[in-house]
Amino acid sequence: MIRIECPWCGPRSEAEFTCGGQSHIVRPADPAAVSDREWAQYLYQRDNPKGLHYERWRHTFGCRQWFNVARDTVTHEIRAVYRMTDLKPAPGGEGV
Amino acid sequence: MKRTAQRLPHARVDPGKTLRFRFDGRTYEGVAGDSLASALLANGVGVVGRSFKLHRPRGVFGCGKEEANALVQLESGGYSEPNARATLVPLYEGLEARGQNAWPNVRSDVFGALGVFKRLLPASFYYKTFMWPNWQRWEGLVRRLAGLGIAPTSADPQKYLKQNVHADVVVVGAGRSGLEAALATSRDPACRVLLIDEQEEPGGGLLASPAAADRSWLEEALREVAARDNITLLCRTTVNGYYDNNVLAALERLSNHHGPAAGGAVRERFWRIFAGRVVLATGAIERPLVFPNNDRPGIMLASAVREYCHRYGLTLGERIVFYTNNDSAWRTALELVDAGVPVVAIIDLRPAVESELRQRAREAGIALHLGTVVTDTRGRSGLRRLVLHRLAGPGDALEAPAGTLDCDVLAMSGGWTPTVHLYSQSGGLLAYRDSDACFVPERAHQAVTAVGRANGEFAAPLNLQPQWLTPGVSAEHQWVDFQYDVTASDIQLAARENFVSVEHVKRYTTNGMSVDQGKTSNVNGLGILALATGRPIPEVGTTRFRPPYHPTSLGAYAGIELGALYTPFQQLPAHAAHVAAGALFEDYGAWQRPACYPRPGEEEEAAMAREARAVRSAVGLLDYSPLGKLEVRGPDAREFLNRMYLNNIRTLEVGAARYGLMLNEAGIVIDDGVVVCLARDHFLLHTTSGGATTIHQHLEEWLQCEWTDLEVIVGNATTQWATLMLSGPKARAVLAQLDGDIDVSREAFGHMQYREGRLLGQPCRILRASFTGEVSFEISVPANCGLSLWEALMQAGEPHGIVPFGIETLMLLRTEKGYPHVGADTDGNTMPQDLGWGGAVANKPDDFVGRRSLSQPVGSDPGRFQFTGLELLEADARTVSGAHILTADGESTAGYVTSAFHSPNLNRTVALGIVADARDRQGEEVTVFYAGQRQRARLIKPGVYDPAGEALNG
Ligand SMILES: [Zn+2]
Repeated sequence: MIRIECPWCGPRSEAEFTCGGQSHIVRPADPAAVSDREWAQYLYQRDNPKGLHYERWRHTFGCRQWFNVARDTVTHEIRAVYRMTDLKPAPGGEGV
Repeated sequence: MKRTAQRLPHARVDPGKTLRFRFDGRTYEGVAGDSLASALLANGVGVVGRSFKLHRPRGVFGCGKEEANALVQLESGGYSEPNARATLVPLYEGLEARGQNAWPNVRSDVFGALGVFKRLLPASFYYKTFMWPNWQRWEGLVRRLAGLGIAPTSADPQKYLKQNVHADVVVVGAGRSGLEAALATSRDPACRVLLIDEQEEPGGGLLASPAAADRSWLEEALREVAARDNITLLCRTTVNGYYDNNVLAALERLSNHHGPAAGGAVRERFWRIFAGRVVLATGAIERPLVFPNNDRPGIMLASAVREYCHRYGLTLGERIVFYTNNDSAWRTALELVDAGVPVVAIIDLRPAVESELRQRAREAGIALHLGTVVTDTRGRSGLRRLVLHRLAGPGDALEAPAGTLDCDVLAMSGGWTPTVHLYSQSGGLLAYRDSDACFVPERAHQAVTAVGRANGEFAAPLNLQPQWLTPGVSAEHQWVDFQYDVTASDIQLAARENFVSVEHVKRYTTNGMSVDQGKTSNVNGLGILALATGRPIPEVGTTRFRPPYHPTSLGAYAGIELGALYTPFQQLPAHAAHVAAGALFEDYGAWQRPACYPRPGEEEEAAMAREARAVRSAVGLLDYSPLGKLEVRGPDAREFLNRMYLNNIRTLEVGAARYGLMLNEAGIVIDDGVVVCLARDHFLLHTTSGGATTIHQHLEEWLQCEWTDLEVIVGNATTQWATLMLSGPKARAVLAQLDGDIDVSREAFGHMQYREGRLLGQPCRILRASFTGEVSFEISVPANCGLSLWEALMQAGEPHGIVPFGIETLMLLRTEKGYPHVGADTDGNTMPQDLGWGGAVANKPDDFVGRRSLSQPVGSDPGRFQFTGLELLEADARTVSGAHILTADGESTAGYVTSAFHSPNLNRTVALGIVADARDRQGEEVTVFYAGQRQRARLIKPGVYDPAGEALNG
């Protein structure tokens, strides 16, 4: 079980959280203007990296807030936790 | 096996305190401090179990969790526990146990004859034999022979708990190394140390030592542990799992040592441990030697013979012989002689042994047979004689017979296996150490350190010479996994059949898959596989250890989450009134709700019919409190909801209500309900009952993750309000009688309108919407006023013939009206156009969640399941939800019945469904298939009762 540092509640057990999958997925500004293919990619196409993965988690049994986590899918090491409105930290950068 | 009337004086048991117990129907006596195994041995019980496959008679072989033979069925009824290791069961007064896998008992098992057929039952026998014509044909027969022990058939009456604990340092194992580690780390008073030991008392291997120095060291260490405030010692606790982030799972046996007499005391506690750093001081387990008929009762691990002698005070035999390939067994033999135990010989397969050991053994009167191996054993139900041969060279052919040796106990040692299970589970890498022929921790993956024998640090050099099986004789009867009857020949067979991976060989032969999970068989099996495939052991590798290290009671996983506590439940605000009215309660999500209110002797369907008729002809009252009530507020609330709903929210006036459909981004309908505008910037959303939490989360996800610039807050007010639905032609007349300030007249309060005011002196919210097709008022008052409002309405309604009605009756009424219920009449593919909402989508000028997906090709696929009414052609026909609609050729499914009831108001079946292309096929006939029966039905417009909707405004 991993431990996650909720930006609002501090380190808590994984059991309190829900993983929402890959983060930083941009919704097309004008959905009507994109092709079927582009829309399908936005809906369904996800990365499956071996290593660093940027994903969003919700502290379901806590503050109920969503936030971002940069997690290594091999070691489960959490390399950064940041808010939804924060920029994605660069791999190898500070905290990542 | 020798009966021991007197315990040796240096034993740790209390011979003055006798305990009576029963095994296989006979009564015996043991003493306080005994394990079941030591008590059986003290009584000279040689055969305690039968092996799994061949039903060979087996005796106690080890002293702890490595025991492979002495598996018993402990106690009976709800207290029954199969596969209890007799070595781990502390003896208590009145204990009852039976041997397993034998009939009528382990002494005279009729299946013992299977042993004769050993040659016919090699590894994979079942896989190969029962394939023709198919496995199912044989399954019943094989299942009767399979399985070890009997699963209890009645509920476990004992209590279990779960608990979390955090510690800076967790030390697993309270032997010498573990105690040292705990004392060292606890010197810092800020460091919280959790010291865990699986035995009945701390001490580990020291408990088996006769040395006075060891004993006094242990006493002193335990005094110090007790004196330190920052050490918590958990005994009788086995760490079973080691997971990511240094999370460990452990099982504490709180009252098992009292047996069923513990009464209501908690039996076991499941610990979830969050550790900063972990120290593994888990010791090592001795390995058996592999030789012909090495499974005879009386052949034991040397370490077990040692512990039975010095800890339990047992002299197990009159002629004890040691058989070894390393020095540790020599020291054990010498210790036994010092304690007055008759050791007659040491057989060592090494041609040369350190002179000091030889010298001391000779002085102790022990005969020495060096460079010698055991090539057979004799004795029907217990060991009597060994057959010996001299070895030509290490691991080499036999040279010459070396006669026989009479004995009643053989203490064997094939070396030591560090207990690295938890280290491996933690992700740590193991390395093979040639000199000691064992795997030792190599590289940690988490904050963990192995110490002492668990780390391969032996007190004195072993000078070991591995011999994985006995050369020059058949491998057929050289046991490796005693419990599952896996012999060296089975592993050789797997190698001949080209199994290379150690993981495959394990599963093919079942070596190491028994209850002890290969604690004594894994390394020997590897050695034999390495020989058979001509590879060095590091290249063969070892299997990765997985939790649990030791079996865990299912009750401990469940804890207190049983029966009514299995999951939180919710009761309605007027629950007491429903109970008094004779409600039939059922679970709807977490809510306990009345399905209907059957009168004495009334069937459920008859009750629903009576209630439904009353709603159509007079008035009914439903506790509708689980209806989801979300409040959305803020300057951007209107904009936000307009993006979340298919329907146009921009134009919704204050005080007005509008039906809304909500989609996910893939265009699938996930919820529906009435949206009310309370103020320009304040909305009340109604969701399906039970959908409130999910929809609340759905809204929050969009607000927090996508539209972070919108100023909106969402709150779930569902349980703050009790909501009662008053429905029927007399509803208005009933409500008007109650003291309140809201004008409920037809003129003042129209359909799909909303009012706030006071009712019976309490704040109230009333919505005029209808899920029954009749005039309905959904009246919400603060939750604590729900019961009084219920009682007031029932009283006011009495002259009008009011009846309480349940949720199933509501479902019947809305099915008569053809109103879809999202989740029941939709599935995970339903888009709005399948419900007839395609026009509304086209009319909405703005984007909303899921809109773009509707115009993907999938949205106009032919064959989409679409919502429709179904009319059964035969007047009396019945159907059920879940029945299939068949394709034209009758070969496959083209839809389902999703709601079906017998309508008392129409006196026929009313049904709804989702059927392929139903919107273009209205009037067509289809076949309904259920439980082998076929019926004809016609696709019709949903809503056969009051299709014009006149009752709504009556
Ligand atoms: Zn939180």
